[in-house]
Amino acid sequence: MPDSLWSQDSVIHARGLTKRFGAFTAVDGIEFDVAPGEAFGFLGPNGAGKTSTMRMIGTVSPVTAGTLTVFGLDPAHHGAQIRSRLGVVPQADTLDNELSVLENLLIYGRYFGLSWGESRRRAGELLDFVQLTERSGDKVEPLSGGMKRRLVIARALINEPEMLLLDEPTTGLDPQARHLLWDRLYRLKQRGVTLCLTTHYMDEAEQLCDRLVVMDKAKIVAEGSPRQLIERYVTREVLELRFNHEGGEAGDGIGGGGAAGLAGADRSTGEGADFDGQLAGLAERIEHLPDRLLVYTADGDATAAAAFERGLRPASVLVRRSSLEDVFLRLTGRSLVE
Amino acid sequence: MMAASTPEAARRGLPFGLTSHSSFRVLEHDLLVFRRGWHSYILSGLSQPFLYLLSMGVGLGYYVNRNGGIPGGVPYLDYIAPALLVTQAMMVASAESAWPLMSKIAWEKTYLAALNTPLGATSLLAGDLMWIAFRATLISVLFFAVILLFGAVSSPLAILAIPVALLTAMSFAAPIMAFTATQETDQPFNMLFRFGITPLFLFSGTFFPIENLPLFLRPLAWFTPLYHGVSLARGLSLGQIDPVADLVHLAVLIAFVAAGLVAARITFRRRLEV
Repeated sequence: MPDSLWSQDSVIHARGLTKRFGAFTAVDGIEFDVAPGEAFGFLGPNGAGKTSTMRMIGTVSPVTAGTLTVFGLDPAHHGAQIRSRLGVVPQADTLDNELSVLENLLIYGRYFGLSWGESRRRAGELLDFVQLTERSGDKVEPLSGGMKRRLVIARALINEPEMLLLDEPTTGLDPQARHLLWDRLYRLKQRGVTLCLTTHYMDEAEQLCDRLVVMDKAKIVAEGSPRQLIERYVTREVLELRFNHEGGEAGDGIGGGGAAGLAGADRSTGEGADFDGQLAGLAERIEHLPDRLLVYTADGDATAAAAFERGLRPASVLVRRSSLEDVFLRLTGRSLVE
Repeated sequence: MMAASTPEAARRGLPFGLTSHSSFRVLEHDLLVFRRGWHSYILSGLSQPFLYLLSMGVGLGYYVNRNGGIPGGVPYLDYIAPALLVTQAMMVASAESAWPLMSKIAWEKTYLAALNTPLGATSLLAGDLMWIAFRATLISVLFFAVILLFGAVSSPLAILAIPVALLTAMSFAAPIMAFTATQETDQPFNMLFRFGITPLFLFSGTFFPIENLPLFLRPLAWFTPLYHGVSLARGLSLGQIDPVADLVHLAVLIAFVAAGLVAARITFRRRLEV
């Protein structure tokens, strides 16, 4: 689709979007569009440029170069106007510990220009929506992490935004709190609120996002729906073969090939050529990890059986569906990002 | 795209991109916090002047007055009362411009939440300046009430010590806010108070005329806004008006406020709009 058409329909439209801090390039010429009502995700390791991108969309950080429009408006000139239609859930809670739960919402409503009465009405509804009504008069400090996040989401909704920007919304929350939050975000999406979020949780991206981009080292390295990304970058299934280290050749190394397999596993960082040889033709791609082999294949069970026939005797065999995590690791590598 | 430019143009025309209401919303926030603890503000606002005037003005003043007194024959209580009023307002405003602001910028980061609303950095600055002005005014009014209680005024002009105290407070608040916005930790504030604010409080003509300072220190006092605030308030309180000197005092105070505002606007934007 031509650019001009996109920019008119898009809630966010970015071309060559760049953010530099001095000599450091945080975002390097990325391009994407977000359609109204869509749930769009930025996936990437720490330092990939997700938060910088979100801050530019939120018009709190000036664009260094390139084009960015939000609701068709230029953040450089219409920042306040864009922000009045946005809800922002920042990475840090930034709640006001000097105020009560309710007051945190009330004053935020005032910041958006609501009357006290309207602010109070919406705050009541929102506390209900995020299940915090009974904590309304409490101070913020003693709330649990999950409650604080819910309050931040309620706060972001006080201006009835057309789009919600969420920067790692569930980082640090326990599973119950995450699921409650996902449920609330899903309901918002159903009401037509556009969601734009960053995460490094693959399950979160798969749960919430219609479409996402994977960012790595300030650039977008892949774009598509979770399903499309899995199809494009990994196989349908992954066969995980684990070999015993301690047991030596005993136990699993029965067949001739098994012994070779064991040797290969022990030289984990090494060539692993023995495996590749034995599994040749069975898999699209094989990844060697210190303790196991990941065999990317369309049919895990069939591949496992074939490997068995060829004499491999792993200690354990696991067949699973490929996930975004596999895509993510494939694209951004396994080395630790500090 | 056509409609895009009009609402922005509709922002009412205050300088620096302030909308006419936005900074008052920030003030509302501070007043909401104030509402929770207003009684403690009032209590400390009354007890401080009471303690100072009783110990220094009455207690110490007894000996000062008996031993020749202050040049000009003014009772010591009357001499220090307006000066203490001004210094108290200055101290409160200075402290408020340091730690609480640091918290909003860097610790609790409530400014960052506010910046996600239509408010901008300049609205935050203007709103919190108004809050500090409110606190300084409150402190000054309470202090003045206690001064009246001690009967330590000799002129109806004394009430003008309140606006002078406010102006002096802001001549500290604005530059300190500018400074705070450039800091990463609160370490420098301890230095600022230990080697800046406290010595000024003691040596700006608060407790004795600066003519008693060593010759080489006197010009230093002329360059501190506190000396000018204290001199102006004292003159009004004692009914001793010196139009030329008083205009100079006023001009210096206004210059410090103006320079502080310009600097704060720059450092706020540099810190918050990155």
